[in-house]
Amino acid sequence: MTDSVLGPLPLWAEIVTAVFVVLGAAFAAIGSFGLVRLPTFFRRIHAPTLGATGGVWSMTVATIVYFSVQSHGIFLHAALIVLFVALTTPVTTIFLMRAALFRERQRSGDVPAAAQSDQAPIPKRMAEEE
Amino acid sequence: MTPILFWSLKFALFLLAVAMLCAVARLLIGPSAQDRVMALDCLYINGMLMMLVLGIVYASDVYFGAAMLIALFGFVSSTVMAKFLLRGEVIE
Repeated sequence: MTDSVLGPLPLWAEIVTAVFVVLGAAFAAIGSFGLVRLPTFFRRIHAPTLGATGGVWSMTVATIVYFSVQSHGIFLHAALIVLFVALTTPVTTIFLMRAALFRERQRSGDVPAAAQSDQAPIPKRMAEEE
Repeated sequence: MTPILFWSLKFALFLLAVAMLCAVARLLIGPSAQDRVMALDCLYINGMLMMLVLGIVYASDVYFGAAMLIALFGFVSSTVMAKFLLRGEVIE
């Protein structure tokens, strides 16, 4: 990409890039502001996902448009970031949510009790039982 | 670069800086450990978005590598810290 000719971009490409960059940054800012503003942890955990979905998607559309028009080709490396974030953010959030529920139950906080299937002992492997 | 794109990039960087400051505020005042882990998670997402904006500002694709690395290490660190909060140990 860096060896391509860096000419002035057409106006529509710059406008599309500008709109999506500001949109993505606004998503991230609103999500992070919710992180400060909301009262409890279980409400706060919803807020940053706004930046992890809308923010990353808009920013990726902006970078794909900008670099594709600049290099007269299709620049799809940024789609890897969307794929990676879309795969990893739910994993992190599920782990964090389970940890928070576990710690609230340890503190006997105001959370629902564990499900019956969660309280069952972990089944041992066949080789250990014999 | 027209003034539209220039000032849009400046404004986006400002918004992302505000977002990172909000995340840092929650990181500092967070009443419990899981709040701090969640704030760190939000902080690395915002840093990654800032890397993408800087890639457009300097018209360089080197920043994609940095963004990918931030996403990778942020995922690993957040998952490991959440796992630590869940069990008290990372590797069982």
